[in-house]
Amino acid sequence: MKELRLMKGNEALAEAAIRAGVDAFYGYPITPQSEIMEYLMAQKTQERTGMVTLQAESEVSSINMVYGAAGTGKKVMTSSSSPGISLMQEGISYIAGAELPCLIVDVVRGGPGLGTIQPSQADYFQATKGGGHGDYHLIVLAPSSVQEMYDFVKLSFDLAFKYRNPAMILSDGLIGQVMEKVEISEQIPRTTSFDPSWTITGKTPDRERNIITSLELDSAVMEKRNEKLQAKYQKMQETEVRYEEVQCEDADYIFVAYGSSARICLKAVQIARQKGIKVGLLRPITLFPFPTKPIAELSKRVKGFLAVELSAGQMIEDVKLAVNGRTKAEHFGRMGGVVHTPGEVLEALEQKIIGGK
Amino acid sequence: MDVQDIIKEENLVYTKTKLMTDNVLSYCPGCGHGTANRLVMEVVDEMGIQADTIGVSPVGCAVFAYDFMNIDMTEAAHGRAPAVATGIKRVWPDKYVFTYQGDGDLAAIGTAETMHACNRGENITIIFINNGIYGMTGGQMAPTTLEGAKTTTCPYGRDVKTMGYPIKITELISQLPGTYFVTRQAVDTPANVRRAKKAIRMAFENQKLDKGLSFIEIVSSCNSGWKLSPVKANQWMAENTFKYYPLGDIKVNGELVSK
Repeated sequence: MKELRLMKGNEALAEAAIRAGVDAFYGYPITPQSEIMEYLMAQKTQERTGMVTLQAESEVSSINMVYGAAGTGKKVMTSSSSPGISLMQEGISYIAGAELPCLIVDVVRGGPGLGTIQPSQADYFQATKGGGHGDYHLIVLAPSSVQEMYDFVKLSFDLAFKYRNPAMILSDGLIGQVMEKVEISEQIPRTTSFDPSWTITGKTPDRERNIITSLELDSAVMEKRNEKLQAKYQKMQETEVRYEEVQCEDADYIFVAYGSSARICLKAVQIARQKGIKVGLLRPITLFPFPTKPIAELSKRVKGFLAVELSAGQMIEDVKLAVNGRTKAEHFGRMGGVVHTPGEVLEALEQKIIGGK
Repeated sequence: MDVQDIIKEENLVYTKTKLMTDNVLSYCPGCGHGTANRLVMEVVDEMGIQADTIGVSPVGCAVFAYDFMNIDMTEAAHGRAPAVATGIKRVWPDKYVFTYQGDGDLAAIGTAETMHACNRGENITIIFINNGIYGMTGGQMAPTTLEGAKTTTCPYGRDVKTMGYPIKITELISQLPGTYFVTRQAVDTPANVRRAKKAIRMAFENQKLDKGLSFIEIVSSCNSGWKLSPVKANQWMAENTFKYYPLGDIKVNGELVSK
């Protein structure tokens, strides 16, 4: 018998963390995701599973706590929202450089600067294009429901450990705050065995010392390390792309949208179909690696794409690269925490793509 | 008598610490880092805790401590070592976790991480090498640089009116209830080296007893940065630095030492 609950997105994610056998959560409060740590604290995670939940003095500190614990092979995570994620970028670059698995959750709010506490998708560049210094990528998953907030926790850790790479759940204030039905999975026990080939769990006589570092002063060696990282990202692009297609088979026009924007586009698809306009939705689930190939395939036969985002136009760059000039690709977005309506989205499609030049 | 004739087992009063690797130290001759590195490894060796010790390596000259210490280590970004150590210790409470940091690292960019790890009473050891200068980046002013001292970014001497005062971070953190053992040592003379080692040993013993945070400042010279010979740098340190940063215990067993 499956267990069903009515939960906020943030709470579902927190419960998923406990049930996924996460060892530690190090975080710092910021709206609209504070419920994650509040929930974990209320659940007495130490008593429930032995999971550590600790409030750090800052986001800078919490991401470095994650870095330290991730080096020991433990399942560790943090969560924050846009200004907090900016503070974490230094640590995220180090974690990517040292090739450590961990989960970072960004429940995005409107920016720039202190911005607003309302939902936004304006952290797309920061999440998918590095964000911190150096050439690196996170594995980025974009939930569009409370169920996915739950499911993507385990998936993120599976991918993070598979590639020894930090993963990010890129959510937003809407998905974090909305309440929906969620199916809860069984508790996974916390693991006690760690890969001795790279973890810093104490040097035993049977192996050499392990060192977690991103430092390499020899440029020739550093270039090799970078090439290895890039090969890893290439492999992700070949094997880990996830996306959902809705009514794309016969579509003349395609919305490309993720997260809360995808939910709104889904409604716009229904309205359009009622009006006789053949529209479909391609919803990227992984933002890195991005579903470039399916978009490229569709671009050979559809009349245009509209990237719908809660931003000034960020994912549209990846859509345009995939389309590569074969057909129209435009952007529609609202900014600063304003969420577009299905009507606005459809109007933008009619103006920019159907009626556009 | 030839040198090789002198180097014999029976003549040795001291041998290389087992837990130091054979890598050539990257520290300048005369620098205190080599001695401090060695002392930490001697303590880990004598306590037999190599398999249970995890070190956090800093930025600055000591970033390559992991090349010399034969234990599992992680590098940390500038100033973040106490947070990194916290992250490790909380998921491995039975391991011995220490950070090894310089003054720019710990007392400037990492002030918040230092204060809060101390305030939480993390059951870790912080080893703080204070040489009053940024060594690796070429001898710039540190928060611990003495008044009037010349560095590349205060070439006419540190003017406290515009550059602030040398910070006594060790005294500051001793005020926090989370700190259990706070001491200031040096490694410039054989007697001081022995005292410093005793302090490091006590810090690791405190971890075993889950007593909270132990903080060991080791006042050191940077003869290259100070532009003095190793001997003169140590003399200068004894005559000037120790006046502002007096050696000795500041807090023992959670109680401030009355002077």
